[in-house]
Amino acid sequence: MSAPANIDAPTRDGVGDSPQRPDGIGKVTGEFAYASDLWHDDMLWGATLRSPHPYARIRSIDISAALAHPGVYAVLTHEDVPGAKYYGLDHVDQPVLAIDTVRYQGEPVALVAAEHPEIARRALAKIEVSYDVLEPLTDPRKAAFDATAPALHEHGNIVRHQPVRFGKISEGQRAAEVVVRGEYQVGMQDQAFLGPEAGLAVPTEDGGIELYVATQWMHVDLRQIAPCLALPEDKVRMTLSGVGGAFGAREDLSMQVHAAMLALHTGKPIKIVYNREESFFGHVHRHPALMRYEHGAWRDGTLVYAKAEIILDGGAYTSSTMNVVANAASLGVGPYSVPHIEIDTYGVYTNNPPCGAMRGFGAVQACYGYESQMDRLAAELDMHPLEVRRINAISQGSVLANGQVVDTPAPLAEMLDRLAATPQPEPADQTDIRNLPGGAANTTHGEGVRRGIGYGVGLKNICFSEGADDYSTARVRLAAVGGEPTALVHTAAAEVGQGLVTLQGQIVRTELGIERVVIAPADTQIGDAGSTSASRQSYMTGGAVKVACEAVREMIFERAADQFGVPADELSLAGGKIVAQCAGVLAALADFLGTEPIEAVREFHHRPTQRMDPVTGQGDSHTQLALCVHRAVVDVDVELGLLKVVELAAVQDVGKVLHRNSLEGQIHGGTAQGLGLAVLEEIQVVDGLIRNPSFTDYLIPTILDMPPMRLDILENPDPHAPYGLRGAGEPPTLSSTPAIAAAIRDATGLPLTRVPIGPEDIIHSVK
Amino acid sequence: MEFYRPTSWREALEIRAAQPDALPITGGTDVMVELNFDRARPAALLDLTGVPEITGWSEREGQIQIGASMSYTAIIAELADRLPCLALAARTVGSPQIRNRGTAAGNLGAGSPAGDSHPPLLATGAKVHLESVRGSRELSIDQFYLGVKRTALEPDELIRSIEVPAARGPQQFAKIGTRNAMVIAVCSFAIALDAGSRTVGTGLGSAAPTPRQATDAQDFLAEALPWADRDPLAEELANRFGELVAAAAVPIDDVRGSARYRRHALAVLARRTLGWAWEEYRCA
Repeated sequence: MSAPANIDAPTRDGVGDSPQRPDGIGKVTGEFAYASDLWHDDMLWGATLRSPHPYARIRSIDISAALAHPGVYAVLTHEDVPGAKYYGLDHVDQPVLAIDTVRYQGEPVALVAAEHPEIARRALAKIEVSYDVLEPLTDPRKAAFDATAPALHEHGNIVRHQPVRFGKISEGQRAAEVVVRGEYQVGMQDQAFLGPEAGLAVPTEDGGIELYVATQWMHVDLRQIAPCLALPEDKVRMTLSGVGGAFGAREDLSMQVHAAMLALHTGKPIKIVYNREESFFGHVHRHPALMRYEHGAWRDGTLVYAKAEIILDGGAYTSSTMNVVANAASLGVGPYSVPHIEIDTYGVYTNNPPCGAMRGFGAVQACYGYESQMDRLAAELDMHPLEVRRINAISQGSVLANGQVVDTPAPLAEMLDRLAATPQPEPADQTDIRNLPGGAANTTHGEGVRRGIGYGVGLKNICFSEGADDYSTARVRLAAVGGEPTALVHTAAAEVGQGLVTLQGQIVRTELGIERVVIAPADTQIGDAGSTSASRQSYMTGGAVKVACEAVREMIFERAADQFGVPADELSLAGGKIVAQCAGVLAALADFLGTEPIEAVREFHHRPTQRMDPVTGQGDSHTQLALCVHRAVVDVDVELGLLKVVELAAVQDVGKVLHRNSLEGQIHGGTAQGLGLAVLEEIQVVDGLIRNPSFTDYLIPTILDMPPMRLDILENPDPHAPYGLRGAGEPPTLSSTPAIAAAIRDATGLPLTRVPIGPEDIIHSVK
Repeated sequence: MEFYRPTSWREALEIRAAQPDALPITGGTDVMVELNFDRARPAALLDLTGVPEITGWSEREGQIQIGASMSYTAIIAELADRLPCLALAARTVGSPQIRNRGTAAGNLGAGSPAGDSHPPLLATGAKVHLESVRGSRELSIDQFYLGVKRTALEPDELIRSIEVPAARGPQQFAKIGTRNAMVIAVCSFAIALDAGSRTVGTGLGSAAPTPRQATDAQDFLAEALPWADRDPLAEELANRFGELVAAAAVPIDDVRGSARYRRHALAVLARRTLGWAWEEYRCA
């Protein structure tokens, strides 16, 4: 059934408007309760002892002194895990608490519950763990290819090798008139959400657990938590707590099983909150990448082949490495038509910090590689960087590296033209040092400053790929409350800051023609909503809310058709009323509903996808693809290596604008995170040890680092998606990084193959 | 943990004498970070924000007395004309919230070589007024720093004020950070020209175990600058000054930057800040 055809009074704050967030004022005024604010009378504080070594055997653990510490209620080790000792997102390989081996610095070894967090910390210091320290395996290339390297897991050190074979590479190599090669590296980025890992576990009288946590996907948590606690899933009741950002870092479990174990053991509520330093050890990061690319083209710029080797360092455990590998492989040449492709993507185990999901998910790393190559090709051919991209741009009907035909609009050439037509920013006003590299730190008054311009193009898959049964569930209940038709929306979808709670209300208003919508707390008392990741919740949970609303509407129309003797297909909902095509208003919805609410629960599935063939990488593995392009203008102080990103312009096709404010926030935020990867953000790991686990030394962009943006948002609808929408959160994260790197190369003339680019990369290359 | 909040300077000194392991705190922008991360567990805190005698500033015979609890924000708002170098440095400290709380005396108390106040205080020849129940003493700023996070402050002493001469010529400060705001110095440099005595002061931050002056560079410049003729700055002179400043540094490799980069950047900053200061001198 389509949306109401006959709306005399369009609904306010529906799809396409920009209503205020329901949680906005609370968040701005500091009254919103985040997971770290949770409180329960009689609760204890949990704390985690972590390994100081990246790789060691555990000889013994002595908890006696810690247990004797006054105020301590429990000290637990792997022996106390009630059920399964291992868990994992896609592959069960991570110990709840280390058993005989630690494989990364920060791996949880023991837990303490105490009446005060300070007491818990002091007790942790009294746990004596005796380690046999081993030589860590920290080189991902060695992990991938050196058979003499120690095997960190039973099946070796390769998590997944995904080849892509498309066309015939030897033909491409014969036909190529020019060849460009490059080796590129991406450092380890952190999601750097502001609300650290936190939650509260409350034991229940029936022997179960209530868990209030900040997570991205409660049902996948539940499927991992319940076996470890030896409880059936219905005895683990999860409720989403206030989530302060996620960006992928909350896909894996952190404190969930630990708090629940301590709660079951002590019979008391347990709160665990990581501090910032612990947070750096408490979640996975973005995979660092080592990439080798080779592109062949004709002299006119037409690509004839591409060859790539991409090694992604997954660290100590599997996490989501398998799917990150699939993305880097299937999107490894980006949104370009290439007749012959050979890609080998490897995800490997090392003793570095575990890596998993982060905004962009494998596509970010590959994008930096292929876009650096496009610039290299343009330079080799003496062409404009936009021209070489335009010549090879995909469009609807093109074939991607995995053999998948792009069957929805993909107007990349038009997007590049629009970017080219975007006005350039003025030269910096050098009379105000805040406009210059270094800003108020007064490092230049214009000396050494050169301007560069760079471009980036990114292609991101939206929703789960490779045959995942990707769906979401929504319950919509329409009732008369205080004389007003009021809808209650219930899902398990995680609001992590992105604005899904706002969108759910907009969809209901549009579909049911009412104003009042209440969003129920997200919990596991309803079916799975899937993860708040892969830019998928507007599509999937938005889709589920839409189909649930449609079901409710249909029930209303059936009942109204009976009652008023009007055909159901002549009815519509508007302004809180049931309206017939000819007869006009039949009834106010509130009166019509009376004391009988109408409710529907519906699942929404996207069209099926296929696994990539393990040998050829071929298969229609993605359900939707999204494009974003960026232009970066950067002023570089080439003598000091400091820089100022002057402006970022973006063109993105979102299918349909659902909430312009939110959408622009996503593009700004994604672009800023890409800026961070380009010039600031890196977890520095030496010999498996993190050197900068703090916001003092892990630098994320401030408002003075992030420039104003020009946005050009296109709406070419995807007919398969609700309202024609296209997931929008991740694509800008891909393309801003290579655009900024290209601008710095343009300003300095340096090759700069590794991101993030720091001052020393610029200075020491100049010399 | 004990928490003391004296309401007079005398009371503060008495508490300090009675409990030398009480950690003085004003803005708390260093101390609270240490406590939050459990890196420091002082037996007590001595909160000086209730002591009226150490707020604000005063001027006597061309010397500015900066009270120990005067914030960076106040320094920027009230002393940018008299102490341009210190005000420039204060502008680079943290965020507006940090500048509202943090103090230059706190920078001295913490003794971190990265503190932004140190280079201007060194370049301008500041003095530190220390007091205890035993009496008071005055230390030249270059005597104050003993090592990484070690200072000449005795266990029973408190910093009462910092005395800085009002500018007697152009001053500049520049700081390298890898982000354009809210960043700890990779290295920093201050220069103060004294037009009256025709001398030069310098200060280097994050360049050695303690903040320090580049005395050879100062001496060279005082001698070599065309004070009387006010000629444009010769390139070789600026380069030589940069080299001497870099030579005065004993930097380390750490997570924020390499020793090699620090030396290079100090030379560039020294050249540039000298150029700006000299232009101002010529045009004055």
